[in-house]
Amino acid sequence: MQAAQILINALVLGCLYACIAIGFSLVWGVLNVINLIHGSFIVLGAYLAFGLYNALHIPPWYAVIVAAPLFFVLGYLLQRLILNRVITAPVLVTLTLTFGLDLILNNAMIYVFKADYRKLTLTPSLGSASIFDVVVPVDRLIATAAALALTGLLYLLLRRSRIGRAIVAVRLDRDAAVLMGVNVPSIYAIAFGLGAALAGCAGVLMALIFPISPLTSSAYLGKAFVVCVLGGLGSVSGALAGGLLLALVEGVGSTFLGPSHATTLSFVLLIVFLVLRPQGLVGRKGFE
Amino acid sequence: MTRSNIALLVLIAAVAALPLFGGAYALRLGTIACLYAVLALSWNVVGGLAGYPSFATAAFFGYGAYAAGVLLGHGWPLWAAVASAMLSAFVAAAALGAVLLRLRGHYFAIASLSLAEVLRELVNNATDLTGGGMGLNIPLASGAGIMAEATFFFFAMWGVLLATALMAIIVGGSKLGFALACIRQNETASSMVGLNTTLYKAAAFGLSACFVSAAGGIYAAWVHYIDPSDVFDILYSVKPIVMALMGGLGSPLGVACGAFLYLGLEEVVWRNYIQIHTGVLGLLIVLLLLFLPHGLSSLRPDRLWRRAKHV
Repeated sequence: MQAAQILINALVLGCLYACIAIGFSLVWGVLNVINLIHGSFIVLGAYLAFGLYNALHIPPWYAVIVAAPLFFVLGYLLQRLILNRVITAPVLVTLTLTFGLDLILNNAMIYVFKADYRKLTLTPSLGSASIFDVVVPVDRLIATAAALALTGLLYLLLRRSRIGRAIVAVRLDRDAAVLMGVNVPSIYAIAFGLGAALAGCAGVLMALIFPISPLTSSAYLGKAFVVCVLGGLGSVSGALAGGLLLALVEGVGSTFLGPSHATTLSFVLLIVFLVLRPQGLVGRKGFE
Repeated sequence: MTRSNIALLVLIAAVAALPLFGGAYALRLGTIACLYAVLALSWNVVGGLAGYPSFATAAFFGYGAYAAGVLLGHGWPLWAAVASAMLSAFVAAAALGAVLLRLRGHYFAIASLSLAEVLRELVNNATDLTGGGMGLNIPLASGAGIMAEATFFFFAMWGVLLATALMAIIVGGSKLGFALACIRQNETASSMVGLNTTLYKAAAFGLSACFVSAAGGIYAAWVHYIDPSDVFDILYSVKPIVMALMGGLGSPLGVACGAFLYLGLEEVVWRNYIQIHTGVLGLLIVLLLLFLPHGLSSLRPDRLWRRAKHV
């Protein structure tokens, strides 16, 4: 029965990890930029959900509808105004630039919201569901379902829509996409906006489950990193596979070695994957 | 010996004159200036010469601090503790580098970034040896008095800086520096013409780690108390990059000037905007990368002159 519980926990947590990582993976895959602001976007989304619930009693699963356009515009502008100027520069420059932007955003959040941990508490509480001895809180189930829905939505967007095909085309071959009449800077900005929107939505969902503080942003960023490398860069299914694998390894690891070793374990896994299989579990060139 | 290398040594000699001028504050500032310059010069060997975006500085700084701190706690003298931290860091980093440096670009950046995380977790969990999250107290060296001790640690850090600068100059003028420059230009081509790229990259990584951990060891003895979140702070990885970018990548003189300039800015920012100092640092990074991508050397007066003439 313990095995079933670990498996269910991993399944739930894995979908959430995938949701954290998927916007990060999109930006990395399409723009070839490691977006270090991602973690802070997630925390900002969590604060948005917290504020909306406490001020207007809008539950987080509806707050997603507010967060998505808001973060899209934020990301779009950020890419257009700042990031686009150095998009062709070496890795060091783009990486350091997003780090600088993250310092600004994170410090602003600490200044405005303080570093205290807050918790969004739903009243009345949703309780928990149980089948045999396996127990899952209902709010976690809702967050997981929403995360899966977001992932599916992104997949459909990339698969079916004109803009989505253009994003995949730019990812596959930037120069050929230009020749086919794709406006690459605009696609870059849209992809970054999508990444930010997904981060914001992920944050809204995280607010349902985890405590909120600006200090947690680096933990989210770390998860996004590991999931991307495990699953393979540049695919929706890769993010899902990576998220599930990470959650499983963390769950099994903390059961048998104790919770304090979970992070070490996930980083060891990261290094092993980086060295032995940098393309990840299902990595390939296209993004869909 | 080129002109800029001579200027670098003169600059470092000038820093050594600091105790003549000021009290405890000047010594503290001078010690930090030397520490920053060591980190930036060491980073430059991997990041500036070989062009590998290394974020491992914090990992080696923390490693040096803990290795020396634990040994000092067992009653070792300072020089022996720092020397063994250096030696073990060199060996470990060269071995790790041979594996990690197979990765390129973003992948290498992430792998090096996660090194500090792994070490921090290990230190946190090895409570018996390192005190875990409670931190590690390092015994006071002697009862020689505050000023004498401050002067001693200033010169210890200065000595590490001098050694690092000599290392940077020697590497820059040697076969190793030439090989690293080739790797930065085109690694595939360099290995095609018979350069053992793995060997050179690992040597550069090891050398960089060696001097960073010496600085970490002196730092630990200087502040008498270290804890994992302090010495494995990611900012120790990022600050050297900012310094190098400020001064201009690749040249030891530029990097050292960038380190001193950065410290000056940080002192002003820290003092006046204590609540938002990381935000101001972030703003500085963004402005620097957007408007002065080649560091302050892109502000050369002759360029301004030329621009003025065209107007």
